[in-house]
Amino acid sequence: MSLKRISPDDVRHVALLSRLRLAEEEIPSYTDVLNSILEYFAKLNELDTSSVSPTSHSIEMRNVFREDIPQPSLPVDKAIANAPEVEDNYFRVPKIIQEM
Amino acid sequence: MDIHTLTLAEAGKQLKQKKITSRQLTQAVLQRLKSVEPQIQAFLSIAEKTAFTQADEADRRIAEGGDISPLTGIPIAIKDNICTADAATTCASRILENFHPPYDATVIAKLRRAGVVFIGKTNMDEFAMGSSTENSGYKITRNPWDRERIPGGSSGGSAAAVAADAAIAALGSDTGGSVRAPASYCGVVGLKPTYGRVSRYGLVAYGSSLDQIGPLTKDVKDSAIMLNALAGHDPQDSTSANVPVPDYTSACGKDIKGLRIGIPKEYFAEGIDPEVEQLVKNAIRQMESLGALPIEISLPHTEYAIPCYYICAMAEASSNLARYGGAHYGYRAKNAGNILEMYSKTRAEGFGTEVKRRIMLGTYVLSAGYYDAWYLKAIKARTLIKRDFELAWEKTDIIAAPVVPAPAFKIGEKSADPLTMYLSDIYTISLNLAGMCGISIPCGFSKKGLPVGLQLIANIFKEETLFTAAYAYEQSAGFFNRKPPL
Repeated sequence: MSLKRISPDDVRHVALLSRLRLAEEEIPSYTDVLNSILEYFAKLNELDTSSVSPTSHSIEMRNVFREDIPQPSLPVDKAIANAPEVEDNYFRVPKIIQEM
Repeated sequence: MDIHTLTLAEAGKQLKQKKITSRQLTQAVLQRLKSVEPQIQAFLSIAEKTAFTQADEADRRIAEGGDISPLTGIPIAIKDNICTADAATTCASRILENFHPPYDATVIAKLRRAGVVFIGKTNMDEFAMGSSTENSGYKITRNPWDRERIPGGSSGGSAAAVAADAAIAALGSDTGGSVRAPASYCGVVGLKPTYGRVSRYGLVAYGSSLDQIGPLTKDVKDSAIMLNALAGHDPQDSTSANVPVPDYTSACGKDIKGLRIGIPKEYFAEGIDPEVEQLVKNAIRQMESLGALPIEISLPHTEYAIPCYYICAMAEASSNLARYGGAHYGYRAKNAGNILEMYSKTRAEGFGTEVKRRIMLGTYVLSAGYYDAWYLKAIKARTLIKRDFELAWEKTDIIAAPVVPAPAFKIGEKSADPLTMYLSDIYTISLNLAGMCGISIPCGFSKKGLPVGLQLIANIFKEETLFTAAYAYEQSAGFFNRKPPL
């Protein structure tokens, strides 16, 4: 892999994927900082990992199963106690489906 | 004598012998906390009222006699990323301002059952992302030894509180050194247990394959007492290990004759402060005089640990922090016209700069077209780093190393360039990648009077070896009665 610098458009795209609204004037500084960090991270390319298997977990672990025993859930009043906006027993959010 | 200066073991003994009450102890610790807090800023919230209720309950239990835990009636501080049902849990982030968890973390439930007195929640880098506690969304914690300097991070509030005798002990969390590094900078003992040794149920997730909860204490024995209370399998955390829990305190006091101490040459290469190198080498010599056998070892992939760690941690963080969108809890931006706007404005206004950077980089390394080149590459490098340790354990029982390259740096010194901040994690992060346990214990002071830590590392589930070696060293070194000038 050759290191391609990320562009301001890449930063806008990643910010969208990350659900972070950046102001236009923030884009150049994020572009610079993210590039300098990635440039350093590219050091990993010195390593030949063609015959190395990946490790996503440090300790060997298989799927952990438990008995499917019904238990009380978090009560509704506790579940919504921290909600910014509530209607009846529901979380209230802005409209999700836009009208055509 | 000022009882707030007692170690956990001493305080527990005096409580049991009814020489002091938990109310007196809690009073003394809270008084100390209030007198030093304006200088060190270690706490995000103080739970005075509930602390006294818990203290009185502990005193009742002690008066009734019977089976008293070594932690009954002991005032303890908790890092603010561990959920407490009776106190706000903010992760030092504006996005969780006023968040009150609906349940206790498993470690909190365990300590509660043991009769602990919870005195407050400590400051940290936002969502544990940082090495200096400067990334807090609320305040900057100061090093009790020099208030112009950082306490380390991300568990900086917990380390500063214990160093200042504003808590008998504290809990922190360690994803890449966040317990051990502040312990080193503040001159206290910090333990990162083996991955899976302590339940993370109720620990707000940062890097799920790396995070562990660990205690910050005044000495090694206190650390063992704390781990006795914290360790064990938890059905609520499927990554917690179903491995028997020994009595860790009984590992303190065994001799270390013949114990092989590996000295990784890569940890004493360029970049280490000469004073730190000298003090750590002196500590190793001291252990040699007790009968330990130092041998040089190599962890050849050490130079790749920082990029490997940060790619893994950022990738996991980008996924873990996706839950903060203003729908169910926490901060919500005003005047969002639609759901996408609500998410992106809430997150833009609620998260600090470093958190945003890590979320974006994590999203980038996982995104279509870049996954193989960045994330897959990093987790392959992780295999090589882990293998370094596995090969080392064929030759040695324990590894001795510095914790951080230099004593505490000045506030603001590294905040302009995130990369220089990341580099300070070089000696601590490999353990998290490999799952190993490690402990930071004081091994002396720089000429400027700043504490320096020695790091001991052991194989998975070998915390007893850590405690044996750390305790033997601590007892023979004997300069631990030095207190910060507060």
